[in-house]
Amino acid sequence: MASLATAFGSGAMTNTIGEIEEADTIFVMGSNTTENHPVIGYRIKRAVRKGAKLIVADPRAIELCEYADVFLQLRPGTNEALLNGLAHVVIRDGLTDEEFIKERTEGYEELKAALEKYTPEYVSEITGVPAADIEKAAHLYAKAKAASFLYTMGVTQHTSGTNNVFTIANLAMLTGNLGKRGAGVNPLRGQNNVQGACDMGALPVVFTGYQPVTNDEARAKFEKAWGVPLSGKPGLTATEMVNAAGKKQLRALYIMGENPMVSDADINHAFHCLDSLDFLVVQDIFMTETAKIADVVLPAVTFAEKEGTFVNTERRVQKVNQAVKPRGQARADWEIIRDIANRLGFDWKYKKAEDVFNEIRQLTPSYAGITYGRLGVTGVHWPCPTEDHPGTPILHVGKFSRGLGKFTPIEYTPPAEEPDEEYPFTLTTGRILYHYHTGTMTRRSKGLGEIHKEEYMEINPADAEALGVAECDMVKVTSRRGEVKTKVKITDRVPKGVVFMTFHFSETAVNLLTNTACCPTAKIPELKVCTVRLEKA
Amino acid sequence: MSQVNLTINGIPVQAKAGMTILEAAKTVGIDIPTFCHDPELAKVGACRICVVEVAGARNLPAACTVPVAEGMVIQTETERVRAARKTILNLIWANHPQDCLVCEKTGSCKLQDYSYRYGVSGSIYKGQKKEIPFDDTNPFFFRDLNKCILCGKCVRKCHDINGVGAVDFMWRGFKTMVTTPFDVPIEESSCVFCGMCVDVCPVGALTPKQGLGQGRSFEVDKVFTTCPYCGCGCTLYLNVKNDKIVGVTPNFEGPINGHLCVKGRFGWDFVDSPDRLKTPLIKKGGQFVEAGWDEALDLVAEKFKEVRAQYGADALGGFSSARCTNEDNYLFQKLLRVLGTNNVDHCARL
Amino acid sequence: MSHRRILFCAGTGCISSGALKTRDALVSELEKRGIRDQYEVVLSGCHGFCEQGPLLIVHPEDTFYCGVQPEDMAELIDEYLLNGRVVERLLYKDPVTGERTSDHMKIGFYAKQKRLVLHNCGVIDPENINEYIGTKGYEALKAALKMERTAIIDEVKRSGLRGRGGAGFPTGMKWEFTFKTPGDKKYIVCNADEGDPGAFMDRSVLEGDPHAVLEGMIIAGYAIGADEGYVYVRAEYPLAVKRLRIAITQAEEFGFLGSNIMGTGFNFKINIKEGAGAFVCGEETALLASIEGERGMPRPRPPFPAISGLWGKPTCLNNVETFANIPLIIREGADSFASVGTERSKGTKIFALTGKINNTGLAEVPMGMTMREIIFDIGGGIRDGKQFKAVQIGGPSGGCLPAELLDLPIDYDSLTQAGAMMGSGGLVVMDENTCMVDLARYFLTFTQNESCGKCTPCREGTKRMLEALERITEGKGESGDIPMLEELANSIKDSSLCGLGQTAPNPILSTLRYFRHEYEEHILEGKCSAGVCRNLVTYHIDAEKCTGCRACTRVCPVEAITGDKKQPHEINIQVCIKCGACMEKCKFDAVILK
Repeated sequence: MASLATAFGSGAMTNTIGEIEEADTIFVMGSNTTENHPVIGYRIKRAVRKGAKLIVADPRAIELCEYADVFLQLRPGTNEALLNGLAHVVIRDGLTDEEFIKERTEGYEELKAALEKYTPEYVSEITGVPAADIEKAAHLYAKAKAASFLYTMGVTQHTSGTNNVFTIANLAMLTGNLGKRGAGVNPLRGQNNVQGACDMGALPVVFTGYQPVTNDEARAKFEKAWGVPLSGKPGLTATEMVNAAGKKQLRALYIMGENPMVSDADINHAFHCLDSLDFLVVQDIFMTETAKIADVVLPAVTFAEKEGTFVNTERRVQKVNQAVKPRGQARADWEIIRDIANRLGFDWKYKKAEDVFNEIRQLTPSYAGITYGRLGVTGVHWPCPTEDHPGTPILHVGKFSRGLGKFTPIEYTPPAEEPDEEYPFTLTTGRILYHYHTGTMTRRSKGLGEIHKEEYMEINPADAEALGVAECDMVKVTSRRGEVKTKVKITDRVPKGVVFMTFHFSETAVNLLTNTACCPTAKIPELKVCTVRLEKA
Repeated sequence: MSQVNLTINGIPVQAKAGMTILEAAKTVGIDIPTFCHDPELAKVGACRICVVEVAGARNLPAACTVPVAEGMVIQTETERVRAARKTILNLIWANHPQDCLVCEKTGSCKLQDYSYRYGVSGSIYKGQKKEIPFDDTNPFFFRDLNKCILCGKCVRKCHDINGVGAVDFMWRGFKTMVTTPFDVPIEESSCVFCGMCVDVCPVGALTPKQGLGQGRSFEVDKVFTTCPYCGCGCTLYLNVKNDKIVGVTPNFEGPINGHLCVKGRFGWDFVDSPDRLKTPLIKKGGQFVEAGWDEALDLVAEKFKEVRAQYGADALGGFSSARCTNEDNYLFQKLLRVLGTNNVDHCARL
Repeated sequence: MSHRRILFCAGTGCISSGALKTRDALVSELEKRGIRDQYEVVLSGCHGFCEQGPLLIVHPEDTFYCGVQPEDMAELIDEYLLNGRVVERLLYKDPVTGERTSDHMKIGFYAKQKRLVLHNCGVIDPENINEYIGTKGYEALKAALKMERTAIIDEVKRSGLRGRGGAGFPTGMKWEFTFKTPGDKKYIVCNADEGDPGAFMDRSVLEGDPHAVLEGMIIAGYAIGADEGYVYVRAEYPLAVKRLRIAITQAEEFGFLGSNIMGTGFNFKINIKEGAGAFVCGEETALLASIEGERGMPRPRPPFPAISGLWGKPTCLNNVETFANIPLIIREGADSFASVGTERSKGTKIFALTGKINNTGLAEVPMGMTMREIIFDIGGGIRDGKQFKAVQIGGPSGGCLPAELLDLPIDYDSLTQAGAMMGSGGLVVMDENTCMVDLARYFLTFTQNESCGKCTPCREGTKRMLEALERITEGKGESGDIPMLEELANSIKDSSLCGLGQTAPNPILSTLRYFRHEYEEHILEGKCSAGVCRNLVTYHIDAEKCTGCRACTRVCPVEAITGDKKQPHEINIQVCIKCGACMEKCKFDAVILK
């Protein structure tokens, strides 16, 4: 997000889901799309069937590999090196979009110089990907009339996460794959309203619509609207708040609909920190692992019991409507917040969700033209400045939000942990089709709970044989931070030396193992790489 | 694209070249029955219920596959056409259970609709019927292949729209059935339970397990909303009867999906999980005790005030949620900010 | 006598009746005598006269021996090859006159044929391209490559050649459509998925003269602008596949196939795709689906393959026999070709004669020959002196024609008019002991089993028709069955998806048209005059003929026959299971059916 904002001026999916089928080449990196974004997975497969070329870069041989023209099975944590290698080939073989670079970008010469050393051979050494495949992928991507780049957490959940995204932006700009149909740099957001939460300013540095809290003008606008003086000091990120709690700098925490006790890296550390709080209030629909350690638990309603809007990964604002009455005494989150605010001496008069939305519109230029009435059954893409504006499915047409697109030279940095004698395996984490996040919802769904009941750590057959474990045997997985026991699934999907676990199952909480080492810019922990030791349990 | 002129049931029609007879008829409000047709899928012309009479043609062509041509004269409901449709319905009925009274599909079943339209009750043909064991092994839907009319929409959705190709036709002739490779149980196949097959089945061969017996299609209210899972943002309709969700229908017109994945299609029943939090809880002596809203909210407000007074606003913090609505998130960050801190974040990074 | 050539027929028919063993015996006998090098022993393709196999011809004098077994070889060498004394007992014997002849052109079976497509079959070694070239092989290709593409298509159009696979669509028009469809990639597909029971002409052509088919395909490829072709051939034809593969390799070696063919810059390659034996894969769109790796099920037409065929590309699909006609047309000219045949059906057609006929085998005749000539002059008439009753033409999709139509000149249009079809050219001859209802039941069993299951009328409708026929032949027919069958048959014809479904009711419709009384007899009188439908016949003993020899009582498995020795016996029809053992055993024809 941060890198896209730096490179283009806006950190969101630049194109739409529908356009994926219009791409000539689709590059999927660090995204197990068919499991994590299944309906986008359908589109990719359909596009391939219609003749699109597919490049997949992933440490695991995910389902999409079966459809791929090139599969770049890179070592975990080497994304930026790989993408530098592709960019090197694009420049070396004269596949750049000169006009695009000249008219719409800056910093090309610096990038070109920095990429000099990333020859396919050098990159192959770092990533483990054959040089010929790097060249083939570069050509497939660069020669396409429109190439779409799709990525998710496999790119961002690294200490080099922000840099990885810069390298994607570089590659896309080099080849002119922005601002046109079927192309773009498209981060697929993992949760129903992660885009909306960001848009709404649920971030420590921005108000709604990415208006910086440090910007006096923006702050003045919000102070006026809200009737109180506001702090211009950037807040803490979630990871920083947890640490601050551990240091008693943060005393009271309000957690709404999150379960850091399962989802955060290094849960032991998180527990220690959250346990140090003077006061923890958790608002959720279930008694989550985090709610269990709270002082007060507030029952919220599910999506089916409330009204509001979600924003999907392609910036489409869509309607959520109440289908059933709240269960028990549960209340909508916004109602609970309103009622707390009023007890804190504010005078919030919102009677319905739409009242809140109308306030958002007034304070957020990119949402100004969106009304509940307009959303219908198809929604509207922001930015949408006025009520007669059709919305903006494709960003950066003709001009980047920031003016010129900016190339950012990036050097490869290895992950925070690399395999050694003590911890010889690389553990990477993710989701599976049948479960979602920490499993609070999916594990309480009868069918989903039944079809996939427990964790199975994926392990390569050669490693399994060396360890003497058979299918479904238990192993103990130990990292520098903790240990869990899990069943194993022996599969070629993971290469030798790499194991994969999900974070859906609190009883085999993989985040007891993961590393809190963060990307310095985005503060995203390196959930995709940590090193572990395996023993037959 | 060029236009062609034709007449359908005596009505002059201008249609785009390349349109099928079925599509052209639709533009003038003429409904031609279909089982195997789906606008999203390749045209196969399998069920033949859509046959029409085209002047000059030897046989009765299928309206769903034959493109319109200049000067075509089409009749969609002549005696010959109706007779052919009746024959097809009779043939289907001869090999179909007659248990509409208890069939989950009653009310939204095309076989029923067309039988009504053409006055076919049961079959004039007698003979063998399929006897395929009822399949309820997977957690999401029932497969009653004796009700399958082999329109093949599930097969095409699975291959062409989803891409997994978990089911296809097996055997030939009367034994033909739609099943997994080697007829293995569906949960052992490549099926990902997206439910597309269930959603397009025109009869009662594939029915969701959830909501069984809890409401006919015409009894439920369909409430439009957005899926609460991943960031794709598929829209869907919750089927509600008596304040209870009994099923989900995809938004076939949805720009993103048209279809759902297993979570959106079948994973909504957590809403009525017995584990739901029903009252506010306050921890007293290490144990949660049920509390009223006022008590709980007063306590929260009091604690926030206390901390802010004692340690300053930046000792407060909040995790907002990527699973909550914009309105929830907006008020959440507003609350923290009006309290004087920017310590607000959510799990976008996870 | 010095260097002579001995040709063994090595078609599938002769091989299964022992041709290879006989050849081995001949070779080893020649070796024993130390004269192996004086004789060229060649395996040829099919001669067509499978009934009499294994067949052997000695060149240059063209002596024709049939039914040759390994143990005959010593005598053949010593008597004939070395001493010129014809081995009479191995010569063909006319079933009617009893005369023997060594000249096969005097045999009725061959005398009336016009072997144009089959001119190489049984004459050359199909595994040796030089022999094909020796009989003007690939001359047509050479000529074609010097012609304008449109000129080739015009020549084929002018020849009047119609598709030999079934429906008889004009080949030249098909080529023209494919030629005119724009496309960067086009395909030629040869349909060698011969699925009609009793038809084997395509197999014989592939086995006996594979280069002719390849040459036809290459010319077609050049004419329409295709650079790749497929032969879709049944996996049950291993010999045809083997010879095709050899032929492709040799043609490539000789530069007739592959890149830059004969230096003209024209590229064409041919792939073989083996089919798994589904009848429906003979239907062109199902065949294309099968090549693409999909389940073999027909696709709706339009679009026709000429517009959107294999992998969506313009595709020209013809049958084996059609392609085998092409070199002939190009080499000899359209006029020469069109001089044979009838007004609207030109050239020859190969028929596969089977059933209750004396000379089973393959016969190539000019279009327009009457059925009587084919069945009686070429086919040698009905076996065991029985009466001709009907002939099923065109396989399971064809129809049954009665004796009244014996003088019908056979061509595409006359057959369609009569309620049958040319189909691939299978002729199944029935005698007086055939029950036409049972025959229809037989064909419906086939079409129902082979229905691909895609469209409702064919899948469900043929099942209900079959069940009705089963009822009727079991004596459980009802008076409403005939109108029900007619209505359903017409409805299936009217509304099925593909040609197979649309023609599946033909056996019923044609038997109802010409033999309706047999249906009525079964239903109304509970009788099967042909004595075929077991439930409708009872076995009786003619007291006048029975000698009381007791032979029948000994073979009856259920002790249904009683009677004193030397007294007329009786069959207890309550106990009788109608196995027919008594009838077969009785030397006095005393067991009769009622």
